[in-house]
Amino acid sequence: MIPEIGQFSLAIALGFALVQSILPMLGAARGNVLWMRSAHATSLAQVTFTLIAFAALMRSFVVSDFTVLNVVENSNSLKPLLFKIAGTWASHEGSLLLWVLILTIFGAAVSFFGTNISEGLRARTLSVQAWISVGFFSFMIFTSNPFERVFPPPPDGNDLNPLLQDIGLAMHPPLLYIGYVGFSIVFSFAVAALIEGRVDAAWARWVRPWTLASWISLTAGIALGSWWAYYELGWGGWWFWDPVENVSFMPWLLGTALLHSAIVTEKRGALKSWTILLAILTFSLSLLGAFIVRSGLLTSVHAFAVDPLRGLYLLGLLGLSIGGSLTLYAWRAPSLEPGGLFRPVSREAGLLVNNLFLATATGTVLFGTLYPLFVEALVGERLSVGPPFFNAVFIPLMLPLIILMGLGPFLSWKRADLAGVMDRLKFVLALSVLAALVVWYLSEGGPVLAYLTIAISTWLLLSTLLEWAGRIRLGKAPMRESMRRARNLPRSAHGTTLAHAGLAVVMFGFVGSTAWKYEEVVFVTPGSEISIAGFDVVFEGIERVIGPNYVANRGTLTVTRDGEYVTSLLPERRNYPVAQYSTTESSIRSTLLGDLYATLTEPSDATASAEGVWTLRILYEPLVFLIWLGSVMLILGGALSLSDRRLRVGAPRRTPAANVATTPAE
Amino acid sequence: MKRLLFASPVLISLIFGGFFLWGLDPERDPSAIPSVLISRPAPEFSLPEVAGTGVPGFSRGDLESNPEPVVVNVFASWCVPCRAEHAVLTRMVEEDGVRLFGINYQDEPEDAARWLAELGNPYERIGSDLEGRVALEWGLTGVPETFIVGGDGTVLYKYVGPVVGETAIREFTTALEQARREGTS
Repeated sequence: MIPEIGQFSLAIALGFALVQSILPMLGAARGNVLWMRSAHATSLAQVTFTLIAFAALMRSFVVSDFTVLNVVENSNSLKPLLFKIAGTWASHEGSLLLWVLILTIFGAAVSFFGTNISEGLRARTLSVQAWISVGFFSFMIFTSNPFERVFPPPPDGNDLNPLLQDIGLAMHPPLLYIGYVGFSIVFSFAVAALIEGRVDAAWARWVRPWTLASWISLTAGIALGSWWAYYELGWGGWWFWDPVENVSFMPWLLGTALLHSAIVTEKRGALKSWTILLAILTFSLSLLGAFIVRSGLLTSVHAFAVDPLRGLYLLGLLGLSIGGSLTLYAWRAPSLEPGGLFRPVSREAGLLVNNLFLATATGTVLFGTLYPLFVEALVGERLSVGPPFFNAVFIPLMLPLIILMGLGPFLSWKRADLAGVMDRLKFVLALSVLAALVVWYLSEGGPVLAYLTIAISTWLLLSTLLEWAGRIRLGKAPMRESMRRARNLPRSAHGTTLAHAGLAVVMFGFVGSTAWKYEEVVFVTPGSEISIAGFDVVFEGIERVIGPNYVANRGTLTVTRDGEYVTSLLPERRNYPVAQYSTTESSIRSTLLGDLYATLTEPSDATASAEGVWTLRILYEPLVFLIWLGSVMLILGGALSLSDRRLRVGAPRRTPAANVATTPAE
Repeated sequence: MKRLLFASPVLISLIFGGFFLWGLDPERDPSAIPSVLISRPAPEFSLPEVAGTGVPGFSRGDLESNPEPVVVNVFASWCVPCRAEHAVLTRMVEEDGVRLFGINYQDEPEDAARWLAELGNPYERIGSDLEGRVALEWGLTGVPETFIVGGDGTVLYKYVGPVVGETAIREFTTALEQARREGTS
């Protein structure tokens, strides 16, 4: 009964979405306030019924209702409760339900908190948002019903892929989806503005908090996914340029560009049509990601099970939303009035160059991701594009961007004095070179690029801190004066500093764990000793451990340094009998300086098994912790900026309310 | 001109859409690995020796007119699973008398020689494929990969990934025994 309630709720939500997709739009065109305001009720109804459906599916998972196909395929009665709940969004159907839930929550949020937005724009935005809802509700109902029943019900479920039974990964999709779907609001705003034919500073100010919120969530989602890959996959890497990673990274890159171009549109009224285009493309890339992951277009370890009908339906959705919005853009954008002018050396120009780099980088990742498809279609050859391509193209694009990032915040609007800025930064420049030299002296060799990256990251970190110190006149004024200035500084300024410094910290982690990684792969028997990066590791032996839904072989490694006990590492090989799947549980000792990372693999054949020979892989990855620390700084920086009074939803508006009955400009 | 500039995003997206539509063909399986070589003659190639290993390189000619099948293993010193596989291959050579040739894939000769000096060298011949061109001819999808080549130079079987673990070894030895039987009959 309850699964049917869920299914009906979805159908009802689709009905409301259909109404919302038409009525407010017509109302805005005709100046009918009542029709425009109907979006308020319909968006609330959409979210309510989607929530009922979501709760119904979650209940089926929690009570292990094996009459529901989705539960059978993705759950098991022995699975811990947390992962039963997370199983709700682990499958294609369930994750789609989570997707529409977030979509409708965002819609309702605009309806409720966007009270400072002009009535016409809000109505149109909500209508556009409802078009997206209609697309996804119908996709779910017609091709991917999460409530499909199975008869006769099997005694137990197939269990979830054990790799996914992890707290990091349970939280990964929701965060990622909040990011992806959050950009839908920005998309709807952009399309509504194009329909309305007006983009102004107020528009950019309304869009910013939604962009920022989505960006924070996407950052958190990507960082969490990367962290999961690092400790769960057992390869010791944190980024593999896998198609599925790339499709989450592209909206992030473009969203970052949007975040910055919207500042220019807000403060100076410039780059309007570019900001609109970015808003459309960022969400388009989110949709593209959903399409690639769910259509089987490219191979990836993370892809969902494939059904050709779903792929076609999604491609249709993509065609309507992306093709439609870009056609609208081609038609309307040329008539947007140009904004303020600026000099080649100015804050605006700096942000524009930032955007060009980010957009090029996005294009590069997009091209590399889809290149195998293009080649296969045109030449018929199968190939894969791996890390060498991405590293060779992406890193040279990022390094100049990061140099500029240190410089940008010093530039003033309209017209900046580059010589003056460089004069302020000469000590930072000297210190950056010094940092690279110190690292060169301390390390036993490494690639030139690594030292360059150290210098550039130091440059970014120090110039960011110097800019902040300059704003509060730290050291130039009495401490009390500086404290007062720090308090009065807008939170978004603190946020910028924190996020930019966070990126520098992430960069240190990237370069440390890439350029100075030690790795040993050895055969071990109890008593074997290995030395790595100054640590002495002794393999004590294997013991059998029984978990809730798995059995494991756990190795014990005792780590000492100069005879002093440091830690014990306990890597495991787990076997999940129900899912018939083995996983590698790495054991990591993490410090600020570096991670010691161990994984075990069972004996290679019967002879090795008889002799008790296991394969031990042990890595020392310097500074890898900084990647996670820097990611947290990026997220907190974004959150701090979001909490700025100027962006806070519901803050008193600074512009007079726009005329309710706006007529579309042509 | 300005119009065209603003229209370019939609035009580009249409081109992408065309490729996607093509890619959705249900007959197409992107994860299927093309096995173009199976039951076909090994490709034309000639590989120099890896300096410091003490065994010669080999070319297509060395795979023809052998009395029994030859196992061609693609390996590299930087490849982690190859290390585990090395023990299995060594045992096959020592205990079952398998003839093993190696293609050293995109590997510095010094590294390869050091790796083999450390672990032992079960290979009868090793060709250095520094650029990876020859491996491409063989349709390599990853390292390690192991081929069984019949006495007449026909590629009979290909194993993707390390021949490590009981299931993999069983699968591989079954194929090898079958190849030997076919060779003698």
